[in-house]
Amino acid sequence: MREVATQTIVDTVARLCMEANYFLGDDVIKVFQEGLKKEESETGKNILNQLLQNAEIAKTENIPICQDCGFAVVFMELGTDVCVQGNIIDAINEGVRKGYTEGYLRKSIVSDPIKGKNTGDNTPAIVHTTFVPGDRIKITVAPKGGGSENMSEVKMGKPADGIEGVKNFVIDRVLRSSANPCPPIVVGVGIGGTFEYVAFLAKKALLRDIGQRHPDPFYADVERELLERINKLGIGPMGLGGRITALDVFIEVHPRHIASFPAAVNINCHAARHKTAII
Amino acid sequence: MAEPIRLKTPVTDEDIIKLKIGDSVLINGKILTGRDAAHKRLFELAKKGEPLPIDIKGQIIYYVGPAPAKPGYVIGPAGPTTSGRMDPYAPLLMEKGLKGMIGKGIRSKDVRDAMQKFKAVYFSITGGAAALISKQIKSVKIVAYEDLGPEAIRELEVEDFPVIVANDAHGGDLYEEGIKKYRRA
Repeated sequence: MREVATQTIVDTVARLCMEANYFLGDDVIKVFQEGLKKEESETGKNILNQLLQNAEIAKTENIPICQDCGFAVVFMELGTDVCVQGNIIDAINEGVRKGYTEGYLRKSIVSDPIKGKNTGDNTPAIVHTTFVPGDRIKITVAPKGGGSENMSEVKMGKPADGIEGVKNFVIDRVLRSSANPCPPIVVGVGIGGTFEYVAFLAKKALLRDIGQRHPDPFYADVERELLERINKLGIGPMGLGGRITALDVFIEVHPRHIASFPAAVNINCHAARHKTAII
Repeated sequence: MAEPIRLKTPVTDEDIIKLKIGDSVLINGKILTGRDAAHKRLFELAKKGEPLPIDIKGQIIYYVGPAPAKPGYVIGPAGPTTSGRMDPYAPLLMEKGLKGMIGKGIRSKDVRDAMQKFKAVYFSITGGAAALISKQIKSVKIVAYEDLGPEAIRELEVEDFPVIVANDAHGGDLYEEGIKKYRRA
């Protein structure tokens, strides 16, 4: 059994929190540049140029891309042959505390949804753990902003709705979100599972790099079709009209109950932030 | 694209009337900040007819809760938050003399109607361009509700602060017009 010290977890999570907030992925930068060629609106082009300049400033100066440094959502794949000495969840929260404090990141978490106050250190994190074979720990930190999260939705449809029903749900959700989630957006879609699991699938879908298609050609085609349809809606950068409304659409699926047909849409802003480390 | 319009604060009705949706505007001078918690307090005072801790006549409020400033920085990254959350409070503040709002995302019909009635304007600024926007902020001073931390009301001195008119005082709505223009069947 391989042993890992909790301090390693703390330091890794702290580093990932900062890197995710400072460094926009090359995949996103590339799709902004491609979008500039396709965008027909002058205002839209100006906005895409601002986003490119913004990413450059954030990277050079080690400051956050966006003032909303997000809820720290952590995906952990824990090898069954690795032993962490101490409480791994406490270590992740300690890492978030350290990363958000030392990294000058905004703290946006309220301790109780009704009665609470700001926790002052952006803890607790939301941690999704899965167990995998092997002796490694894979940690992804995906800070999630509030504006785009608020435009997300779960729908318990009927099996008769089929894939067309899901497509219409996604299009309608994007249309109703309009300018609010800071378009151009990334759209995560979950299909199947249960009420709570489908939302997790939609969130997990957002971890993919722009352009990375679903391995099943059927879902890969649905992703392409949805992206094309969304970019015909006319919402455009910041919702002020234009061609580039979404950067990509990602679908994740899971077996479902014979009676249920859950679907979820989790919207991400253009700051599609996620950084991964393997310990 | 047309040359941007330069707007100096505080603003007058004449300044506001000239602005049309889609105009690029560079704001210079002092603007105020405020988001959910500060708006709630201002609204409650205004509703009771009590004086506000700040003068909002002719002023522009920027919906922002900045990230902490690194040592040597005037302010941390400071992009807009979603304006719709301030919709319940905005009409009364316009009635009390507020002339402009800066944020991101769509506004309610009540807010749009109030902009026409009280001659005010809503500017969109690029969400998620927080590092870039912070470079146009030259000084920061907390002027009310210090206890609210990142939500305290600040006075920002801005230079060529880059915004776009999204809703004007004539009923124009760039969100609606923009979608209409670029929508494909």
